[in-house]
Amino acid sequence: MNGVHDMGGEQGMGPIQYEKDEPVFHASWEGRVYAINRTLGAWRKWNLDASRHGVELLPPADYFRMSYYERWLTRLIDISIKTGLVTREEVESGKPAPGSSKTTPPITAANVEAAATIRASARRSEAVAPRFAVGQLVRARNMNPVGHTRLPRYVRARSGTIERDHGVFLFPDTNAHFLGEKPQHVYSVRFSARELWGNEARPQDSVHIDLFDDYLEPT
Amino acid sequence: MDTTRRGFLGSTAAVSGAAMTQNLAQAADEHAHDHQALPSEPALRVKSLESLLVEKGLVDPAALDAVVDTYERKVGPRNGARVVARAWFDPAYKARLLSDGRIALRELGYGGAQGEDTLVVENTPHVHNLVVCTLCSCYPWPLLGLPPVWYKSAPYRSRAVIDPRGVLREFGVTLADDVEVHVWDSTAELRYLVLPERPAGSEHLSEDALAALVTRDAMVGIAKVALPQKGTRL
Repeated sequence: MNGVHDMGGEQGMGPIQYEKDEPVFHASWEGRVYAINRTLGAWRKWNLDASRHGVELLPPADYFRMSYYERWLTRLIDISIKTGLVTREEVESGKPAPGSSKTTPPITAANVEAAATIRASARRSEAVAPRFAVGQLVRARNMNPVGHTRLPRYVRARSGTIERDHGVFLFPDTNAHFLGEKPQHVYSVRFSARELWGNEARPQDSVHIDLFDDYLEPT
Repeated sequence: MDTTRRGFLGSTAAVSGAAMTQNLAQAADEHAHDHQALPSEPALRVKSLESLLVEKGLVDPAALDAVVDTYERKVGPRNGARVVARAWFDPAYKARLLSDGRIALRELGYGGAQGEDTLVVENTPHVHNLVVCTLCSCYPWPLLGLPPVWYKSAPYRSRAVIDPRGVLREFGVTLADDVEVHVWDSTAELRYLVLPERPAGSEHLSEDALAALVTRDAMVGIAKVALPQKGTRL
């Protein structure tokens, strides 16, 4: 979707605020939100792409007003309700619905470390033929899907060169909406800075983006 | 919050004289103190959510503690620095690292969440690499830990691709005109680590001493690795 999260090339966002010796979490609740996200995901009610899309669905004003982990908290609550892990009433009261039974978490202190290292990769072993070859000139499609996509607006309808074939991965655009994995090749595509930003950019500079087969067309 | 404050001031307006000023000052002081001690709104919501999830048996609070501990204490830029130092120290390792990061990183025990497919890109006198995620906050967790706020912020995400040289200048890195800037936008499930240039004059250093020089910022590409100022003991 053409949302505010897709901000490559936007201007006027202000100076970059660097914090020296920044802590990993600025408050203990941030760490809890992060950890709940990681462990609740093990119920497999959703996937990483659906989770990312949850943040993209925040209204633009909320997206900018909220801190990073506030966004995580909001989408965590939304997706937990949508997928039926909890109900809105339970979230509002902070108590399980009367009569609901208690389950056993899939991730415990005993297996949390193992769970973190074997977390499912998005790489797939299906033998899918690549549509493009290294060295080939390609164009990023001009497409504007209303759902989740990982094709940023700033490269759409621009031409670049396939520099590397990363192999086969599940496709976020369908996976985010539980419409299947649609495994396909992902390529590192090199776009010259001038192709993206015009003649004021340095001729030798470039942006390398990882793009799926479905995002590309031959030129 | 505003209504509370207005209500509070309104109700004290009837009190007169020095007593009022004193009470008001005291109360305002207590109010400010209370406000600081009060947990933030997200903190309350997270506490309530966690207790709900624990009561339903959906999460184990000890597992949450372990995840927080992992990222606060165990996983962080020291991991990436170890990889960089090994690459500087051992040319054969560097060759493996640049040709297939996955295998070379696994040799040192690094993989797992958000690091399954990591590519290492090398800075040279002619090429400077910069890593960003314009769409969200993708970052090589196993090697660098969780990303800092600036990396996830709109100013960095928006400008890194359109004005990388300006961003670098803001961080104090000025590149020569003939250097190529390669920006890596992490739009899929590949993650990127910059292999910085080894600083001149570091030839005598051990692998551990080299690792100590390598910063998170250098591995994202917003800084170079420098030797400590003269007089500093390594």
